[in-house]
Amino acid sequence: MESTWFILVTLMIVAYAVLDGFDLGAGILHMLISRNDADRRAILRSIGPVWDGNEVWLIAGGGTLYFAFPALYAVSFSGFYLPLHIVLWLLILRGMGIEFRAHLSREVAAGLFDGFFALSSGLLALFFGAALGNVIRGVPMGADQSFFEPLWTTLLPWGDTGILDWYTIFTGVFAVIALTMHGALWISLKTNGAIRDRASMVANRTASILGIFTIVGVPLTILARPATVANYLRHPALFVIPAAVIVSLYLAWRWNRGGRELPAFLASCAYIVTALAGVAAALYPALLPSSYGSQFDITIFNAATGSYALRVGFIWWGLGMVLAAGYFIFVYRMFRGKLQQDSIG
Amino acid sequence: MNDALFLHRIHFAFTITFHYLFPQLTMGLAPLIVVLKTLAIRTGNESYNRAARFWTKIFGINFAFGVVTGIPMEFEFGTNWSRFSQLTGGVIGQPLAMEGTFSFFLESAFLALFLYGEKKLSKWGHWCAAFLVFLGSWLSGFFIIVTDAWMQHPVAYTRLPNGSFTVTSFWGLLTNPWALIQFAHNMCGALATGSFVMAAVGAMYLLERRNDEYGRIFLQVGVIAGFLSSMAQGFPTGDLHGKYLATHQPVTIAAMEGLFKSETGAPMVIIGQPDAEHQRIDNPIVVNKVLSFLVYGTTTAEVRGLNAFPKDQWPTNIPLLYFAYHIMVGLGTIMIAVMAVAAFLLWRRMLFRVRWMLWILLLCFPDPYIANTAGWMTAEVGRQPWLVYGLLRTTQGYSANVNAANSLFTLLGYMGLYLALGILFVFIMEREIGRGPAATEVTSIQSSPAVTVA
Repeated sequence: MESTWFILVTLMIVAYAVLDGFDLGAGILHMLISRNDADRRAILRSIGPVWDGNEVWLIAGGGTLYFAFPALYAVSFSGFYLPLHIVLWLLILRGMGIEFRAHLSREVAAGLFDGFFALSSGLLALFFGAALGNVIRGVPMGADQSFFEPLWTTLLPWGDTGILDWYTIFTGVFAVIALTMHGALWISLKTNGAIRDRASMVANRTASILGIFTIVGVPLTILARPATVANYLRHPALFVIPAAVIVSLYLAWRWNRGGRELPAFLASCAYIVTALAGVAAALYPALLPSSYGSQFDITIFNAATGSYALRVGFIWWGLGMVLAAGYFIFVYRMFRGKLQQDSIG
Repeated sequence: MNDALFLHRIHFAFTITFHYLFPQLTMGLAPLIVVLKTLAIRTGNESYNRAARFWTKIFGINFAFGVVTGIPMEFEFGTNWSRFSQLTGGVIGQPLAMEGTFSFFLESAFLALFLYGEKKLSKWGHWCAAFLVFLGSWLSGFFIIVTDAWMQHPVAYTRLPNGSFTVTSFWGLLTNPWALIQFAHNMCGALATGSFVMAAVGAMYLLERRNDEYGRIFLQVGVIAGFLSSMAQGFPTGDLHGKYLATHQPVTIAAMEGLFKSETGAPMVIIGQPDAEHQRIDNPIVVNKVLSFLVYGTTTAEVRGLNAFPKDQWPTNIPLLYFAYHIMVGLGTIMIAVMAVAAFLLWRRMLFRVRWMLWILLLCFPDPYIANTAGWMTAEVGRQPWLVYGLLRTTQGYSANVNAANSLFTLLGYMGLYLALGILFVFIMEREIGRGPAATEVTSIQSSPAVTVA
């Protein structure tokens, strides 16, 4: 049951990354590829009805983590205290930026809120990537299963680790680029005309950079924590995951160039799914490794709650997910297709 | 008091208090919007549809503020109360995860449909979207109340070898009697907020002699719902809640009432300041024997005072608890009186012309906000010194690895951010209420960018 919940929590985080990922990416590009106010509003409209629902995956994922692995939730959230609160502040700024832009009539307010939205989207992508880097690399946690990391430290590879250090900044930038591509493919899927072409061009370029990051990322990760390859060496069949990562990135690039918007976007979804699956496969059964040695890791076994709770949770979780998937399909179908250019309100 | 502990408490108290200003209105407005949509279909009068659209816009703005201030709450258990969440996640993690899984997905999906789908959906389809938003918001409230109720009155749990709690009966947890009573009491409070705000906007329109038609609709719906919810807030839900509290947290009742010594035929203190040091009430105005009657149904029963309990079980801040409780009850009584008079005038078809009553309704809209906040303070300050009543003390629950300075840093951050949010909220509300319902048009996704822009 613990392993099942490892997979389910991973699934929720992956769903969050794929769904909120494209609206974060759209936020990053929001000011960069817009030539005028109409472009900006087109980008906002493309994510307007769905961004809030996408963000619910983060909240539902957090809640699921809390109930299935309370020790992980408690130790990691208090240990990552400062970056987590900064992420929460950014989420507040971002929500304000997108929701309240149209409620204030001054042009200067629209500019300010656009700035909030774009900046917070970019920083969130950076922090989420850095958070993933911290989890992969492990945290300085001993027998008391408690840690508190400084926000940054020397950026030298041989210096102390911190929330932001050479490796986690690398993973942060990696995430920014990946979500930029993802968001660009979404925009090109949902819009027409010049803005679509610019988004497609951005996707084309970021896909190439992402290819380099993906290939460089593997040795850097092994350098940051050699144990990450252990599961792969033990079960070579897992190497199909990195292969799928490369293939889906190639297809996203290829289909984007061919103007096949929906397949390209879906390939980009597959890229994020497989990349995160690759990380999960490297971590299992650890949830948060300790950099002091694997005996101090927080694993699915020492962090899980009682078996009754896990079993009963599985029942309502399954029901809830079927319902949620139903709503999502319904809403995305309702708002499918391209935005109309001629009816800008 | 340990500095870090104090700051972690203020941190949670501040963020949750600010957050709850928004959900109490959305949970209160959601059923009223369903009522307006129903009236629109039944009467065929387009004004009800416009009224529903106007309140949906207000709902949407409050919903968005509720979302952005609510996300930190889900994470603060872990950041600031890590030992508490490590020990209790196996129980209260369930309702918290269920809130995300069952309420937020429902609410966010159907709010988008409700706001943008009016052209695409049939009128009953649109009604259903409104109803599902209402259902989602009330479910969300229920799961939060289940969480709080377990901290107030732990049921259906066992301890694992590592000392943490885990749930033993799913239905036992969800049907905690405390949760059911508290939910009924709390939702009456939310409905009162929605009704008072709706009535106040209606009263303002009539006082300004504009949007008359909508002003009358708002007053009609707001006053009827406000009267019913204020009444039910006191009796039966408040009464039941008090009696249940007296059974399970008798020391809390004693502190709330400022009853330092056990008494038969105990009096109820209406006004007065509790002096914890000398164990007496200063400047008291009391009504004899009422407390015994309220708690036990007879004027002669003995009510146990604080002296009947060991001091280490006493709530840690008796004056604050006492005042929070008295403010809740006092304002609750005023709310019933105001709505009773307004409902009488409405029944006699005089309300729309009686300007002094319109003024009172306009000025009373903060009452339920304050009463609801004071009510929650009563519940949570009254729970002290426990985090989980009788099982885990507040001193044992905070994040020991997060020092006072870090907690203060983020607390100040939230204060600054929420000050900006508060100012923004006032601006936006003023603008939307000023524009009025006549300006609302059916919107589709093609014409507006964000969730709240209806």
